[in-house]
Amino acid sequence: MIVELRNPERTVEMDGPMAVIALLARLGIPRESVLVIREGTLVPGDAMLGRDDRIEIRSVISGGAR
Amino acid sequence: MKCRVCRGPAVIDVRRHNANFCGEHFLRHCREQVARAIKGHEMLEPGDRVLVAVSGGKDSLAVWDILVELGYEADGLYLGLGIDGYSPESERFARAFAESRGLSLEVVDLPSDYGYDIRSAARAAKRVPCSACGLSKRHLFDEAAGRGGYDALATGHNLDDEAAVLFGNVLRWQAEYLGRQKPVLQAGEGFPRKVKPLVRLGEREMAAYCVLRGIDYMVEECPMAQGNRHIGYKEALNSIEDRSPGAKHAFYFGFLDRVADLFIPPEEERAPIGACVRCGAPAGSDVCAFCHLLERAGGHLACDGGDVPVELGRSVPESR
Repeated sequence: MIVELRNPERTVEMDGPMAVIALLARLGIPRESVLVIREGTLVPGDAMLGRDDRIEIRSVISGGAR
Repeated sequence: MKCRVCRGPAVIDVRRHNANFCGEHFLRHCREQVARAIKGHEMLEPGDRVLVAVSGGKDSLAVWDILVELGYEADGLYLGLGIDGYSPESERFARAFAESRGLSLEVVDLPSDYGYDIRSAARAAKRVPCSACGLSKRHLFDEAAGRGGYDALATGHNLDDEAAVLFGNVLRWQAEYLGRQKPVLQAGEGFPRKVKPLVRLGEREMAAYCVLRGIDYMVEECPMAQGNRHIGYKEALNSIEDRSPGAKHAFYFGFLDRVADLFIPPEEERAPIGACVRCGAPAGSDVCAFCHLLERAGGHLACDGGDVPVELGRSVPESR
């Protein structure tokens, strides 16, 4: 599967099928820090991702001036 | 995963609540949490006119959307910071959101209206960019809320923001800042009431809210903020939250429930506030912190050329 990451933008290729939780663990990304999006739809943690899927892992952490 | 409410397929888990939600019930959950925050902290009254500080990011667009959904009359104010490659794009998201919903958005642009941008102001004033940005935002949002006669100024600060700031202030025991961490700050002379309706929602929930509501927002982080201390605190808290869901909520709301009042200084110990001789804003000396920044950055007030000579004195921070 193709995995697109944001902030900074990059793309990695991973083997599938794989559960969302397993993918995040493999990439070392805390679940609390991201959303996983497939075809514009949120994907929950227990969902299986297929080998042909294109996935966006979107960081939700923002910071700066208050 | 099944939705806690309807048992249909869930799209998101909120581990803090030990709950999963489908799209419809997640949106309802967000609105309920905001309504609960507003009521519980007496942020707003029905019929209040609210000015929303809009950045084009997920939190400010979500809080604007939810306030309108809850029936408040809410207008937006976007502040263009003059950051190349970032400000034009974030403004585009703010404008698109307002236009799609028929909402009123005022746009103030630092370079064209005040003659400076955040990068140059930070350099000139020897501040970090986030400090110059925060000072500019606080001053200009306060001023706009007063000018427009709004009952309150709403910001998109969420649970993660508040927990991270609390974490940083506790690490350094900055007692004077701990007294300002309540989710509502009452109006004062020259200051509007300030409210943070998203304090019961995490930023992952706000990003999910935007995806489910079809709100396009600025996903890219501000280049000035990348790697700053605040983001480091958030990452640290998220590592804790991953192992102990609910830790951020317990940290922040435990502080509010048990400790926060101890850090609010009594009236007689608060610094006297006068009016800035240049702009009329509240100030602890002749010239407010914003006009100091303007002077150093070579900017000017929106209504003049900035050529009024002033003798600079020490000013108090405007953060509140």
